[in-house]
Amino acid sequence: MRKVRGGLLTAVTWVIVLVFFFPIGWMVFTSFKSENAAASIPPTIFTPLSLDNYAAVFDRGMGAYLTNSLTASLTSTVIVLLLAIPCAYGLSVRPIKKVTDVLFFFISTRFLPVAASIIPVYFILLALGLLDNITAISWLYVAINLPIAIWMMRSFFTEVPLEIIEAAQIDGATLRTELIRVVLPIVIPGVAAVALICFIFSWNEYFLATILTTDTARTVPPFLASFVDGRGQFLAVLSAASVVAVLPVVAAGWLAQKQLVRGLAMGAVK
Amino acid sequence: MTASSIVADVGVEEPQLPPKIAPTNRRKARQARALVLPALIVSLVLTQIPFIVTIVVSFTTWNQLRPEDTGFAGFDNYLTVFANGDFLSSLWATVLITGSSVILSLVIGLGFALLLDRKFLGQGIARTLMITPFLVMPAAASLIWKFLMLDVNNGIVNVALNAVGLPSVAWNTDLPPVTIIVVMTWQFTPFMMLILLAGLQSQSKEVLEAASVDGAGKMRTFQHMTLPHLRQYIEIATLLGGIMLLQMFDPIAIMTKGTGGTKTLPYLLYERAFIGLDIGQAAAFGVITVIITLAVASIALRSLFKVFVEGKVR
Amino acid sequence: MLGYKRAVGVGALLTAAAFVLTGCAGAGGGGDDGDVTLTLATVSNPQMKDMEELKDAFEKQNPGINVNFVQMEEGDLRAAVTADVASKAGQYDIVTVGAYEVPQWGELGWLKDLTPDLKSDADYDVDDLLEPVRTAISVDGKQYAVPFYGESSITMYNKEMFDAAGLTMPNNPTWQQIAEFAKQLDTPEHAGICLRGKPGWGDLFAPLTTVVQTFGGTWYDEDWNAKVNAPEFKEAVNFYVDLLAESGEPDPVSNSFTECLNLLSSGKVAMWYDASVAASILEDPESSEVAGKMGYAHAPVVKTKESGWLWSWNLAIPETTKNYDEALAFVKWATSKEYHQLVGEELGWTRVPPGARNSTYEIPEYKKAAAAFAPITLEVMNAVDPVQPGVNPQPWVGIQYVTIPEFQDVGNQVAQQIADAIAGRTTVDQALDQGQPIAQAAGDKQK
Repeated sequence: MRKVRGGLLTAVTWVIVLVFFFPIGWMVFTSFKSENAAASIPPTIFTPLSLDNYAAVFDRGMGAYLTNSLTASLTSTVIVLLLAIPCAYGLSVRPIKKVTDVLFFFISTRFLPVAASIIPVYFILLALGLLDNITAISWLYVAINLPIAIWMMRSFFTEVPLEIIEAAQIDGATLRTELIRVVLPIVIPGVAAVALICFIFSWNEYFLATILTTDTARTVPPFLASFVDGRGQFLAVLSAASVVAVLPVVAAGWLAQKQLVRGLAMGAVK
Repeated sequence: MTASSIVADVGVEEPQLPPKIAPTNRRKARQARALVLPALIVSLVLTQIPFIVTIVVSFTTWNQLRPEDTGFAGFDNYLTVFANGDFLSSLWATVLITGSSVILSLVIGLGFALLLDRKFLGQGIARTLMITPFLVMPAAASLIWKFLMLDVNNGIVNVALNAVGLPSVAWNTDLPPVTIIVVMTWQFTPFMMLILLAGLQSQSKEVLEAASVDGAGKMRTFQHMTLPHLRQYIEIATLLGGIMLLQMFDPIAIMTKGTGGTKTLPYLLYERAFIGLDIGQAAAFGVITVIITLAVASIALRSLFKVFVEGKVR
Repeated sequence: MLGYKRAVGVGALLTAAAFVLTGCAGAGGGGDDGDVTLTLATVSNPQMKDMEELKDAFEKQNPGINVNFVQMEEGDLRAAVTADVASKAGQYDIVTVGAYEVPQWGELGWLKDLTPDLKSDADYDVDDLLEPVRTAISVDGKQYAVPFYGESSITMYNKEMFDAAGLTMPNNPTWQQIAEFAKQLDTPEHAGICLRGKPGWGDLFAPLTTVVQTFGGTWYDEDWNAKVNAPEFKEAVNFYVDLLAESGEPDPVSNSFTECLNLLSSGKVAMWYDASVAASILEDPESSEVAGKMGYAHAPVVKTKESGWLWSWNLAIPETTKNYDEALAFVKWATSKEYHQLVGEELGWTRVPPGARNSTYEIPEYKKAAAAFAPITLEVMNAVDPVQPGVNPQPWVGIQYVTIPEFQDVGNQVAQQIADAIAGRTTVDQALDQGQPIAQAAGDKQK
């Protein structure tokens, strides 16, 4: 009886998963159609499929954009981790006095909508000669992702059992040993989660990338948006470009997915 | 003044503690500050400088296409914000759309997390498929929904509705807020799901088993044990998801362009800055948005969040 | 040991490093040293994509010049290019600007005056450019850009559906006739007419403004008084909204050019009033199921002789450029007779940029390939008058837009009201009454 119930539950789960995933699956399918077929009313299922759209995407020269996106996403993620891990530690295991104030400050930096500050930022970068500069973009991404990373890492640190930390302290560990050798290995999966989320946000960031870069530092999102054609059909080629743009993140998510979930589970330690 | 220094001054004997954990509070405090400072400084410099510039700009007349008019404006921009009838309706649209999206994605995310919190055939693949909506660029997701899913003629949703005999829905014309909420919820449910799944998996298995041995039904276990444990995770998910949804304007820019009660604050701001080309006004709108968000967040955090209410750091 | 001072130092160092590490600016762009690299911002339309495809031809003819294309979607292009040109950041050597921006930016001194350089080049033959198009992008005789391609608006109809219903479309229809046709052709299989309903000054207001003008209305009178809730404006908008409600496509508020194009190509609607460039896509059997079945007529009128709009995407050179001569060489090349020949030979004759040069319409291969739509495009584009498109004189040059900076905003806001009216959330009268003060505030700024 239990097995039947379990099997039923699995089936229901899979149905829900497929329904939820359907829009993306349909987009992938569209990427292999011709533009005409992609826009046809009613939607076509049986139509010749080809890789033409992917060829068109790569003809536009995606290499530089991918490199820039990778640079910005990786460097900003690494810097965020280097800053957020100690900071979160100092807001949980080894708390400073004004934990709530600092936490509130960090989250408040996300309250200003991008559109309000983007032209002022544009002018600041213009004055510094940092327009169209991938390093400048990376640092802006650090500023954007830091609050989220700090809040999340803090949550994971609070799940670390006190006994382990106290044991380390009794053993005479320095702060550095305590954090790096003892606690960090326990929360590494949580670190993976935060790293992935920061990577995703940097990879998909669109507004700053469009306004603050021209060609040297152009990343993937503005490139993707440039497939939207005001005077033509573009659904199929846009789908192809979206698939290519999301593949690196999906791959990272795929790999990190196991870490992502089990790792956030501190209960495994108990 | 730390406890140990008071104790020392008064000449009372220090309490008997194992030597190595003797409170050396000053050193600990310094260490803790050292941990926090780098992030704090970087964040201060990179966010407050633009913020200050934005505040300054909000007091200027600055329209990109009327450069000869640039100058000090006093509170004019702020007055325009309120005189312009859009602001209040925008506020309401923001509350409605962002609030619904957060709540829906939280509830659905919890449901998904519960479904996926077990071993079953192909769970790894299932989980990955579930998080892909969150991985796609928001603009691309909006375009997919606009053209492939919700198009009144060849969108899959209407095709499905027709297949079961229901009439097609003109999504943008008749239900614009729903259109936006659907897209936002779809994108952020995986985010909520991930965080809540983490929370579910971090429940101690022994305690859960002990509860079921004691005869507690699934519902009671869920209500009295799982949910309280999940509190911290729900708080984080709501806060972070809410902050990010609050800033999202791609679906509105691509699907409804602000009609039908979908002109949320970020989209209104985008219009002011890039269509009205009025940077001063956009800055003023931004500053007011920050003030309102600060007020709301202050109240919400300090009355709901464990760490703010009980001062419990751990 | 993570010392206190050390931590402060680390923080400060990291922040300072942010401003020092500018060596690696990015992986894109670039060109060989010693060469001139032109950065060109353009919109992602098919004709511009063709231009990028053929840029090798230019680079071969002009060794030492590289052209980097930055393609953007229209809204992003406006935002990025306006920010750059207005702030004099100088990141672009060539920008693609619409006929709406050119006169304004020219007057502000943001664009180089190309008149002398164009006149002095006999081969370029600047007089070959379509007259109305040139008028729209010049101020006081100074031409600030060159047209890459131009378009007007025409009536497009499915001849098969018309024949089946026993109807004939005149070459110069009236709006009342169109409404009649639409009612008769509105069946469960296909809608009678497709009209833009998407809120936006360039979306629904492009066709709607021409309807307003041919009904005798206008945005502003000669003294810059807004006439948004004047009787003629109201009549026109009521007509438009009623036509959509009665025989228009479903979910009109979602639809702009692309959506109506898809509907027509799939044979799901009988008529369409929109940009003339649609014809080249509809006649292409690879993208459309109705190739060869379409007919074309002038834009519908009421009180005026013509009512087509006038739009061109143009190449302009910002004042801030450091490579004027090279940029000039490129913009002349991309809008030259040779370029039009090149497109036809390399990519296909239907892809030649329309609505820019008269001589293009004399090329035999083009005449043959574009026989269905070239004659009417030329006819309409030479017939429209951007100086006085409506019944009365107006204080600006331009048909479907008002050439003032505030119009983007005004047009957008009123369009949002009208979209609400189309969706039935408000009445046309209320929408226009709401729009009148917004338009008036902008009008006051011009007085």
